[in-house]
Amino acid sequence: MIAYLLRRLLYAVPLLIGVNLLTFVLFFVVNSPEDMARMHLGQKHVTTEAIAKWKHERGYDLPLFWNEGQAGLEKLEKTIFFEKSVRLMRFDFGSSDSGRDIGADIGERLWPSLAISLPALLAGLLTNVTLALGVVFLRQTALEFTAMIGCVALMSVSPLFYIIGGQFLFARLLQLVPISGWDGGTDSFRFLILPVAISVVSGIGSGVRWYRTLFLEEVEKDYVRTARAKGLSEARVLFVHVLRNALIPILTGVVVVIPLLFMGSLLMESFFAIPGLGSYTIDAISRQDFAVVRAMVYLGSALYILGLLLTDISYTLVDPRVRLS
Amino acid sequence: MTLVFFWTDALVWLLVAMLGGFLFYVRGREHLRRPWRKILADPAAMASLTVLLAFGAIGVLDSLHFQFTDPQAENGNEPLSLLDVALTPLRSRDEKTYSAPLAWHSYSRETLGGNGVVLRDYPRLQYGGAQLADPENQWAGNVVLRGGLGLLGGLALWACGLGARVLFPSPRGRGVRGEGHLSSGSAVTLTALILCLLAGLLTGLASGYHPLGTDKVGQDVLYQSLKSIRTGLVIGTLTTLVMLPFALLLGMLAGYFRGLADDVIQYLYTTLNSIPGVLLIAAAILVTQVYMANHEEDFASLAARADLRLLFLCLILGLTSWTGLCRLLRAETLKLRDMEFVQAARALGVSDGMILLRHILPNVFHIVLISVALDFSSLVLAEAVLSYISIGVDPATHSWGNMINSARLELARDPVVWWPLASALVFMFTLVLAANLFADAVRDAFDPRRGGGT
Repeated sequence: MIAYLLRRLLYAVPLLIGVNLLTFVLFFVVNSPEDMARMHLGQKHVTTEAIAKWKHERGYDLPLFWNEGQAGLEKLEKTIFFEKSVRLMRFDFGSSDSGRDIGADIGERLWPSLAISLPALLAGLLTNVTLALGVVFLRQTALEFTAMIGCVALMSVSPLFYIIGGQFLFARLLQLVPISGWDGGTDSFRFLILPVAISVVSGIGSGVRWYRTLFLEEVEKDYVRTARAKGLSEARVLFVHVLRNALIPILTGVVVVIPLLFMGSLLMESFFAIPGLGSYTIDAISRQDFAVVRAMVYLGSALYILGLLLTDISYTLVDPRVRLS
Repeated sequence: MTLVFFWTDALVWLLVAMLGGFLFYVRGREHLRRPWRKILADPAAMASLTVLLAFGAIGVLDSLHFQFTDPQAENGNEPLSLLDVALTPLRSRDEKTYSAPLAWHSYSRETLGGNGVVLRDYPRLQYGGAQLADPENQWAGNVVLRGGLGLLGGLALWACGLGARVLFPSPRGRGVRGEGHLSSGSAVTLTALILCLLAGLLTGLASGYHPLGTDKVGQDVLYQSLKSIRTGLVIGTLTTLVMLPFALLLGMLAGYFRGLADDVIQYLYTTLNSIPGVLLIAAAILVTQVYMANHEEDFASLAARADLRLLFLCLILGLTSWTGLCRLLRAETLKLRDMEFVQAARALGVSDGMILLRHILPNVFHIVLISVALDFSSLVLAEAVLSYISIGVDPATHSWGNMINSARLELARDPVVWWPLASALVFMFTLVLAANLFADAVRDAFDPRRGGGT
């Protein structure tokens, strides 16, 4: 088990290096720092001194890979690649193009993101699993057919509509909750209800369809027939036997996304003005702050790889048949 | 007047040609026709196919651009598509600012300078309802009249189509009867009727009004919604075109050769996959934005620039989305390479390339088809979200995402400006719903694990 984990951890290293190289190529090789400086300072009437100053302040005036001017190891270290990318490997994010410390910003904005994405995940999971079990309970009836058509229709609605429509209906017309905003204390609850509810509703269509296929696969199996033959009620068969066995694929599907919860939701946070990592990313994109986008790309990938690792571990915990070797 | 080919235009026509070639190829092969016959017998699939074809026709019309060299042309030198020409009245009748659907007066009050009397009232629109002498009393009657005439026109169009089908029945037997209450033939007829009536109604109303209102700069919302169809379709289909070669080639190579090739390809797609999609797209779009800002001289016109940005978006979406299909293809190829027929081919000395082409490719093709169909709708939805985060299509391109994007401020107005948002959402919903229903039918028909007997 420990050997397996170590091997998986080691496998994560080349992946992270790959991500790092890719982002480096994307941000520094395709477009030179010169291009970025021009973009930020305006296209015309830029003096070369201004560009040089901009680049120097952000440490973009070094050579890309190899610094001839330095001696010894410095040749490698005093380069953009080392300064910007190798530091990322240690989760040292440096400072943004506007001069703020990215690491501190992330630490601060992580909690609002989590406060919205964790309840949304749990509530969504509960709703989808319950509804899917209900649909499976009613299988081969007209009601099931209607429910499945409903799911396709729900899936076909743009996620933007759920947000705009929900905000308009509940916050503007009915004035049940504030339209948007954030409050640090326990009072933040009222700001959270609507975003969480909306993300649950917008996930129902695809979620119920997915869990339904999981349950339908289980329903065909022999142990279910045995349970029925013993005279258990259909409800007991579904909610106890089928649900427990379907938990394995459900759980592993959920575990992958848990680390990514920290990243927050781009759409929700920007619509509801929640100061989390999602809105941080969006702001960085619209301000064209390359340092922040690069840091978020890297952080997101690292969290996804962590999710894959957790999935493997969770397999062994819930399913005794799986032995990692 | 000269023909102008934008990049995406050329690719759209290539796609149409490929689709035609594919249909021709399938026609001659009975084993390939069987799943399609199943789709033909499914009323829901055929109804959604009708809707998709209607959308597709509009998109294709919008992909043939002409450059009018007539200096008198009202909008300078921008190339126009066939659809633009067909919709000339809608395109050119711009009002000053917002106006509600079917309105005859403007959205906001203005100071109307009378002879010394200062009056604040809603000014008449320049085009919408301009034919009415006494709008207060005539408006309702005129709307009903034009709408009714339009409906009649739509009915006539449908009847002509129906008549043509009765007069010239297709050589093979018609009306494959499904197991439902409705045969697929009548589902198509019914959908066509609804589409014809809607088109007729909108045309009738558009003759004197703005049937879906106008937007902030006074442009007709119906025109924008129709123009957006092409953007949605291009993103949904061209992305697939970009993605397919990667996914097919790498997936089959990894599964067939295993060993080092497999390791490298797996590493490649796990790396790409581990970067959150939105962020990778955002990063790539940022980079292209910088590139385009620094190479302005390379782009002939605004339209060419917007078109290239659309193409870039498709490329980027394609490059980020091939991993899922690649993994499926790899798994399937791994299974197939040990089957008897592949072993037999190998024993007979068939080269690896030939085995991949003749024996593996046809047997994984159903996976490609299913995933293309399933991806289409999510790509159309993704376009709107990306445009909202301002990493989507060019702001100058008509797209549902851009329409929704501007609606954020419009909803905060009083009275609420709801029509651009509602139109964009309804058009998008119709396309995505049809695509979803059709994709489900394709999956049911092609996936061997799903109900082989039914």
